[in-house]
Amino acid sequence: MSEKVLMRGTHVIGEAAIRAGCRFYAGYPITPQNELTEYMAAQMARYPGRVFIQAESELSAINMVIGASMAGARAMTSSSSPGISLKQEGISYLAGQELPAVIVNTVRGGPGLGNIAPTQGDYFQATRGGGHGDYRTIVLAPYSGQELADLTVKAFEYADRYRNPVMILADGMMGQMMEPVVLPEPIDPVTLPKGDYILDGAKGRPSRLVKSLYLDPPVMEEHNWKLFRKYQQIAREITTWEDFMIEDAKLVIVAYGTCARIAKGAIRRLREMDLKVGMLRPITLYPFPSKPMKELTLKVKSFLVIELSTGQMLEDVRLAVEGRAKVHFYGRPGGVVPTPDEIAKHTNLIYHRQGLEGEDYE
Amino acid sequence: MTKKMIFAGFGGQGVLMMGYLLALSAMRDGKNVTYLPAYGAEVRGGTANCTVVVSDEEIYSPVASSPDYVVVMNKPSLKKYEGTIAPGGILFINSSLVDIEPNRTDIQALKIPVNELAKEVGSDRAINMIMLGAFVEKTGLTSLDSLEASLRYVTKGKEKFMEINKKGLIKGSEFVKRS
Amino acid sequence: MSKVIYKRPRYLKPNIFHYCPGCGHSIIHRLIAEVLEELDIGEKAICVPPAGCAVLAYNYIDVDMGEAPHGRAAAVATGIKRMLPDRVVFTYQGDGDIAAIGTAEIIHAANRGERITAIFVNNGVYGMTGGQMAPTTLPGQISTTTPSGRDLRRDGPPLDLSEMLAIARGSVYIERTAVNSPKNIRNTKRAVEKAFKVQLADLGFSLVEILSQCPTNWKMTPQDSLKHIDNVVTKFYPLKVIKDETGL
Repeated sequence: MSEKVLMRGTHVIGEAAIRAGCRFYAGYPITPQNELTEYMAAQMARYPGRVFIQAESELSAINMVIGASMAGARAMTSSSSPGISLKQEGISYLAGQELPAVIVNTVRGGPGLGNIAPTQGDYFQATRGGGHGDYRTIVLAPYSGQELADLTVKAFEYADRYRNPVMILADGMMGQMMEPVVLPEPIDPVTLPKGDYILDGAKGRPSRLVKSLYLDPPVMEEHNWKLFRKYQQIAREITTWEDFMIEDAKLVIVAYGTCARIAKGAIRRLREMDLKVGMLRPITLYPFPSKPMKELTLKVKSFLVIELSTGQMLEDVRLAVEGRAKVHFYGRPGGVVPTPDEIAKHTNLIYHRQGLEGEDYE
Repeated sequence: MTKKMIFAGFGGQGVLMMGYLLALSAMRDGKNVTYLPAYGAEVRGGTANCTVVVSDEEIYSPVASSPDYVVVMNKPSLKKYEGTIAPGGILFINSSLVDIEPNRTDIQALKIPVNELAKEVGSDRAINMIMLGAFVEKTGLTSLDSLEASLRYVTKGKEKFMEINKKGLIKGSEFVKRS
Repeated sequence: MSKVIYKRPRYLKPNIFHYCPGCGHSIIHRLIAEVLEELDIGEKAICVPPAGCAVLAYNYIDVDMGEAPHGRAAAVATGIKRMLPDRVVFTYQGDGDIAAIGTAEIIHAANRGERITAIFVNNGVYGMTGGQMAPTTLPGQISTTTPSGRDLRRDGPPLDLSEMLAIARGSVYIERTAVNSPKNIRNTKRAVEKAFKVQLADLGFSLVEILSQCPTNWKMTPQDSLKHIDNVVTKFYPLKVIKDETGL
């Protein structure tokens, strides 16, 4: 195992991608994720056969990734919110053509130009597909430097396994922050299995076609159902979350990414005050951990969703609990990051308003 | 034990390096650490700051709304951060550049004339290491030896940088010991 | 004794073209298939077809194909070629695809000197969507979105994309040809062959702009559409080598 290194989040993603066998990266400058593009520019050049391109636009970058993926390479692009909007065209094609690719979104404030502060305002865009058509993107939400590394490797694995685009949803704080990280063992891309769909010239085999055009409605319908079955399989196989102090919890906070870290700080304070508060932290945002959340409603009747937005994941939590529990919300959009004290104060209020301090509360 | 601290000053004073080196040393000592530099528009106009958290436990929030320690290398930083320090916390002031007195009485203020001390070391570039040496001597968050080892790791053993920075660390540390 | 003097090229599938009577696409498909066979590069060729009438090119040209979003062929081809530098990668794009929605992608691919070949089919209209104005629609030409003719004040003049791409420092070979006569067809084949040779020799970006007839949307008989290319289209878009820095 490698030793711990102290690395900036954007660099961790880049290094983990390289170690995961990423052979192609295309990017375009946008704050707050430029350090990732710069890292790839410097590091990819050190490996023969690996390519870094600074594209002329986000559109070009994602389409270059489509091409590299068609050619059988583990490929990645990264951007921040406005740039990710531009990439949605390509992400829809990746989904329709069933091509693997990894897209990193270091989310910033929006809509429009917004700002460069950490927010979670792209949850809908990321988890609902984002582009046109009936499809889903796998969305991973790391909350620490170590998870940035581990989930980047997972992103490439999932992308290949399901032939589907995978998005890593981070934010400016995760990207800039340095934490001790144990980097993954490097994989030699040559050792990765070669897909039977890749385009490398029809030598000794029939020619292949990678497409998303199905003009005949019944054929298109079957393609849609096929994708749907794949998303169901994905939900069964990779849904990931973390339970934190949940055993005796009477109120469960639901938060992801940066927000979940701060919420953990708040929970520590609340526990010192003997408040039974825990957290369910989704690690995969799509597929969403609806099932454990629903199961939790057997004993927990109060949820508090905390987001750096006006409430997006909130809808998924409401859908998951199916009215079996009260779902509260606390949000700070626009790049304002709440303090643990602030969250603790707000949680405390709800806890008492709901009468959860009583021992026999049902 | 969880300690949160902010290093702030002008760009070029080596403020980020101070925080990074501290975080690196503490990590190598076996502690959990986070290092969060201010970025983007916040750092335009020549200011720089970073937040470091050192802990024996898992670190949740990498942000410090009420830091235990604050290092201010210039006047604007003193104005910005003095009010945020947790009661009983320590404020490290670069008294070579900051000629105003802090208002708080519930914190400890430590004045270090880093520019003057740098002259004694023989290089203006050592000011951040002087401050860091003083900081570590006072807080005990890591050791001079550990800082030196981290410095060697960062400078990849370039003796020229090593020597002057090491001198700086010792200078700062001695200043605190004497005062 | 009989001798075979004409047969289906190896890289042309035995399918019936869906193109309209008189359309130039089928001729161009065949020329590409012939060149792939003659240069013996069909087994290492990868084509990026467009959105447009030729979106179904994969039904006819028998090589690996990867569909690009409308206009993005040059970027997709870049990704393929960079990962497989010893393959022959070409795009097949209409005028709307390459000269309107895909201008950024093609200009920068050309300027980077991507070792790809673009087959640019210029018929002056958006064919598949029903005959709307293209960036290459001629002044006064009637289309479904210029019902009283292209108005230069409102719509601007036709875009000289190939000439623009010739300015890009990474392009080395750009030629404009046509497929409206046996002579022009033969010349187009020579140009396509040369463009692939430029790629094989790793010289830089190559492009062949092929003026093609669209009798359906031009509201002409196939015969008239062939004459229209000689009499009208080539006056705006002269057939010529626009750039050749290949030394081939």
